[in-house]
Amino acid sequence: LQMELQAVLMAAGGGSRMMDLTYNTPKPLLPVGNKPLIWYPLNLLERVGFEEVIVITTKEVQKMISTDPKVKLDVKMKLDLVCIQEDADMGTADALRHIQQKVKTDVLVVSCDLITDAALHEVVDLFRAHNATLSMLMSKAHEFTETVPGQKGKKKTGEQRDFVGVDGTGKRLLFMANEADLDEGVVIRKSIMRKHPRMHIKTGLVDAHLYCLKKSVVDFLADNKSISSIRGELVPYLVRKQFSKSTNSPKVIDETHQNLKKNDKIQISSRDEELLHLTQERSCWNDHRGDMSDAYHGGRLRCYVHIMDEGICYRVNTLAAYIEANRLAPKLFDEPAVHPSAVVSERCLIGADSIIGASCQISDKTSIKRSTIGVSTTVREKVKVTNSIIMHGVTIEEGCNIQGSVICSNAVIGRGADIKYCLVGSHSTAREHNSKIAPEKRLTECHRAEVNITYHYKSITYNNCHKVSK
Amino acid sequence: SGLGMFSTIICGFLSPLVVKRLPEHVQVDDPAVVKRLAKKLERQQIPLRSDYGYKVSLFSHLHQYSRKAPLTQLLSIPSTVIHPSIVRLGLQYSQGIVAGSNARSVALLHAFKQVIRDYTTPPNEELSRDLVNKLKPYISFLNQCRPLSASMGNAIKYIKKEISNIPSQCKEEEAKTKLLKCIDRYIEEKIVLAAKAISKYAIEKISDGDVILVYGCSSLVNHILCEAFEKSRKFRVIVVDSRPRLEGREALRRLVQRGISCTYVLISALSYILPEVSKVFLGAHALLANGYVMSRVGTSQIALVARTFNVPVLVCCETYKFCERVQTDSFVSNELDDPDDLMVTRKGKTQLENWQDVSSLGLLNLVYDVTPPDFVDLVITDLGMIPCTSVPVVLRVKNLDQ
Repeated sequence: LQMELQAVLMAAGGGSRMMDLTYNTPKPLLPVGNKPLIWYPLNLLERVGFEEVIVITTKEVQKMISTDPKVKLDVKMKLDLVCIQEDADMGTADALRHIQQKVKTDVLVVSCDLITDAALHEVVDLFRAHNATLSMLMSKAHEFTETVPGQKGKKKTGEQRDFVGVDGTGKRLLFMANEADLDEGVVIRKSIMRKHPRMHIKTGLVDAHLYCLKKSVVDFLADNKSISSIRGELVPYLVRKQFSKSTNSPKVIDETHQNLKKNDKIQISSRDEELLHLTQERSCWNDHRGDMSDAYHGGRLRCYVHIMDEGICYRVNTLAAYIEANRLAPKLFDEPAVHPSAVVSERCLIGADSIIGASCQISDKTSIKRSTIGVSTTVREKVKVTNSIIMHGVTIEEGCNIQGSVICSNAVIGRGADIKYCLVGSHSTAREHNSKIAPEKRLTECHRAEVNITYHYKSITYNNCHKVSK
Repeated sequence: SGLGMFSTIICGFLSPLVVKRLPEHVQVDDPAVVKRLAKKLERQQIPLRSDYGYKVSLFSHLHQYSRKAPLTQLLSIPSTVIHPSIVRLGLQYSQGIVAGSNARSVALLHAFKQVIRDYTTPPNEELSRDLVNKLKPYISFLNQCRPLSASMGNAIKYIKKEISNIPSQCKEEEAKTKLLKCIDRYIEEKIVLAAKAISKYAIEKISDGDVILVYGCSSLVNHILCEAFEKSRKFRVIVVDSRPRLEGREALRRLVQRGISCTYVLISALSYILPEVSKVFLGAHALLANGYVMSRVGTSQIALVARTFNVPVLVCCETYKFCERVQTDSFVSNELDDPDDLMVTRKGKTQLENWQDVSSLGLLNLVYDVTPPDFVDLVITDLGMIPCTSVPVVLRVKNLDQ
């Protein structure tokens, strides 16, 4: 039976916007709700019915998946891991070109940092019904409500807006540009306005980085090595190409682009082009009204987008998104909040919206509210943890008070520490010169003293700690 | 039930009167039949599409689906049980992207070509039997997306016959090429060439100075008018349209694009415009064995009013749409479209938005109706111009041929 879609999961990205978290743990393996980040898109694919996925990732991640017991992927699908060099600086389109031989049919490209409960069939139905070249998922952006440690207020620096233009139905993608690429204003070609006089331009959308692409696009990438990022270059190119003159001429057999080698597959599709043309001619349907053109204006390249109004859709690529995702992650799976193997003393208060990971030890008189406690973490007596994310292997000594913070894996929080809105980096063989890291040893020096690291948006925790230890 | 009031007898023509079992799609209010259908679909691994909204009691024996609940949300995403081109086709049917009896048949045959190309005979099986069994779940799936049209039914019968007639010693590649050629030939003969033949006959009936009335968007009638215009006949066209489909707009676009001068009215203005009309050309979805014409809802109204004004009504229909069913009314076998299509938003307000909350309100969106042969003056087919009552003769001749 002909395979309809192949899933490709891009898990080689660096997480450059949250270096505090990813300098030690690769982004696909960051724990969200005590599951590695990569589990979420894999689970989404498994739920809709995929049986195998091609995962493009780095050797480091592959090693950790196969050796680290804490990283359990728990998926029944067959994972075909393709490794690329970490320092190869490959964009997503480069990665797709790398696996061109494995791609036998249309692809569904997903990013490893996508957490969503979207109905994927909406995106794929647009791809199928309109015989589209590209179909993607976007969502209305929701304000992040949680405070982010180490940041002044909610201002997002360096985030430039994306302008997305859709037609009256809200499904056909007409225009896509990022503020960075626009010099003075949004420029829309006359040819687009003539065909679609009514365009809705939206800015507050989150791109889920989930794309359905035709196989011919992957073949096109093989011939056009200058395109290196799907989101940054390929998608805007395809959206623009919908309206360019060459793609509307009937003699172009393959819809996409310039010089494709006429291989057998394309000949087969062109054999039945007449029947498709006959169907369209006899069908009394048109996608637009008001002008004299045929359906789709006779264009053969079409891009569609499904914009989610409600539901969860996050890309965990910034610290703020990471924290928000941790809050919402429990809603996406039905496992019990407290792992059965965790040893939890009876005299502690664990809020209903907290998650306790496997093999934890929670001692008496602790209070854990709206927090995530990672695997194999030890929490000693009289500790208060609120609104925080504690990763794996952390030790929190007695009497600590942790609020609104992120404590990375294997850190040790000394006795009596009062940590508010801080990010404590993980112990690691990391770069010494980076003074943002609070290495383990600095905290234990303050272990006996009443360490009070109170932090209110102004300076960075690590510097403060540095001062105290001195 | 609605069905209890009327009965349908399906006749076989060369055999004595036989009462066959009623098809399940007109017995939706009978729980036993629905259960049987559910079991069959489960066996074929096709999801069951559930009905939507309150159904008007006279039509409660028919399915009523919502476009917002496509069948694909119950299928796995890389579709494994159903061939991808069939899934695509089902989506296009349910969303109305492929609409119109000819378009649906061509699209169906195109999808079957893909299926045949990708088919491999399993070991110890014969292509002639296994391929037919493979097609059965696909046909159930398409039926769930949108009830099959009469033309599609005839096309499927033809394909099944061709597949079963493949000799067992025929090699797979040869058999597949033969089937693909058959399909191409069927489309070429029954649709493309038939359209050419019908245009030739119809153009004889169009004289200069004619005012022709057409209803909705019939691909065949549009084809005839474009051909006539190219043969330099001088005429003008009045396009009559009706809600909720408003297909006449598409017909209007196609005719005006060619240069034909057109007038556009809604069906409520029919008796106003008819005194100007010299002929009425109607398309058909199917021609029934008792001479009734099954076509888009509103056609029988047009034929009736035209008869009252003594305007000749000509129905254009290819022979592959002739159907052995007999129907005398539009209730027994029809199609109920999505009732939400009847909601209209004007100036930001949708009056019928909460129609489901009003218990005494039902929205009925019928697709087809049946026109008696008394209102039809001539049927133009690829075999020639025949009166409506000669349809059984054509069917008999076709059966003899086969």
